[in-house]
Amino acid sequence: MKKYAKLLAAMMAVLMLMFCFAACGSEPTEAPSTDDNEAPAVDTSALNLQNDGVLVMGTNAEFPPFEYEEGGAVVGLDAEMMEEVAKRLGVEIEIKNMAFDSLPEALTAKEIDCIAAGLTVRPDREEVMSFTDGYYVASQSIIVKKDSAIATADDLTDKKIGCQSGTTGSFLAEEYTDVANISGFANGALAVEALVNGQVDAVIIDNNPANEYGAQYADQVVVIEGQFEDETYAVAVAKDNTALCDAINDAIEAMKADGTFDTIVAKYIK
Amino acid sequence: MFDWFFDAAAGFSDAVYVSVIKEDRYTYLLDGLWVSLQLTFFAALIGVAIGLLVAVAKLQNLDSPSKNRVTGVIRKWLVGLANGYVSIIRGTPAVVQLLVIYFIIFGRLLQPVFPNVPDLAIAAIAFGINSGAYVAEIIRAGIMAVDKGQTEAGRSLGLSGAKTMIFIIIPQAIKNVLPALVNELIVLFKETSVAGYIGMMDLTKGATTIGSVAYDYMIPLLCAAYIYFLVTTVMTAGMNKLERRMRRGD
Repeated sequence: MKKYAKLLAAMMAVLMLMFCFAACGSEPTEAPSTDDNEAPAVDTSALNLQNDGVLVMGTNAEFPPFEYEEGGAVVGLDAEMMEEVAKRLGVEIEIKNMAFDSLPEALTAKEIDCIAAGLTVRPDREEVMSFTDGYYVASQSIIVKKDSAIATADDLTDKKIGCQSGTTGSFLAEEYTDVANISGFANGALAVEALVNGQVDAVIIDNNPANEYGAQYADQVVVIEGQFEDETYAVAVAKDNTALCDAINDAIEAMKADGTFDTIVAKYIK
Repeated sequence: MFDWFFDAAAGFSDAVYVSVIKEDRYTYLLDGLWVSLQLTFFAALIGVAIGLLVAVAKLQNLDSPSKNRVTGVIRKWLVGLANGYVSIIRGTPAVVQLLVIYFIIFGRLLQPVFPNVPDLAIAAIAFGINSGAYVAEIIRAGIMAVDKGQTEAGRSLGLSGAKTMIFIIIPQAIKNVLPALVNELIVLFKETSVAGYIGMMDLTKGATTIGSVAYDYMIPLLCAAYIYFLVTTVMTAGMNKLERRMRRGD
């Protein structure tokens, strides 16, 4: 019995240690730079942040190359862009990783200050949130299996379509097939997995992730591009939080002017 | 004085309109409920079938002598299999089982043999296999609760062991465990709410889908909760009625 007690104590010690590390890991990812002479560009109290001095960004880190998990942190174009924005605003950034279709609700409920998640500007979304200027032009692509008869968007009629729930792809799918034929998954990778398994006929998803998945399953799938209209990604803030919206716009504008923005884009998109 | 109340009421009715009525969004809830009910029905059938077999297998008395060596070995294997099944299913979450059965079992392993299995069938099998383990334990307890004298009476009247089990013990056991089985049915019905993980449009997924198009989760989620509650209430009422009817036979 004594032997087991010792073992138990050791296991609990290890567990507690793990909790310690986990607690350390959840601190804001980027501290504001205090050593260089970059003064905060604006008065942070005017930004209407939930916690003054911390910009809480909501995203869904299952959308490469814009946001994905690497080494326990959220990285990608959006993540790095917003980290730079926060730095220029003189605030810390905290990234909350959640389901894509919960992001608008989280913004309305003021659990996050902004969404940077490859989020497309759409009129229905503009009714409940405010968008910054667009920072990236994307379009939807179709992924099909190599031997598929689907070659254009018209061929999608009445097919079984996979997508990520709540994305532009899921809205597009409804134009081609019955709701019962649409499989909405938590992320694009699962939809592609279902495609490879033959459980859906096609996947509609934004072109950059589509190309990532296409490269991953290069011997099994093909990506069909240029079938749908271009769309614009922008950062979303709570409706009518114009102060934050303008501040992010200014920061991204400055990043574009000094080349930082292009460097970040080039890092993630080849 | 009561302006705040009327404002809130107007806001609420707007939210109801956007979430439920606009663009016939209530159909997501109704179609979702239909999917959840079908799923529960087929999964329950599969679950009870598996549960009965596993319960009987687990009750094999390995101490009693077998007729020959082969049946002895088979019985041993059956007991092991049944025990393993129940521990694995009870020891893993239903969502994980569903994902494994959808993406690995049907997705990769069985794809060459059964290429076009409908999602509903896969999910019903997954939930059925899950429910079977719990049903097996319920029925096993029920069978064990039937007085030993019933088996002895059956055997001394010349019935075989299997016939005694099927015609004398199991009917009495089922009657005893019916409330527990209906309880399991309610649990199963609520468990199907994770079917959205494999892209199915069940009641929960219907509600979150409305949320994602209306950008408002409050009303659809409350509606879904209310519908789940309504259905489980009907199930409970049905069970109470059945129980009263059964008691008349005592």
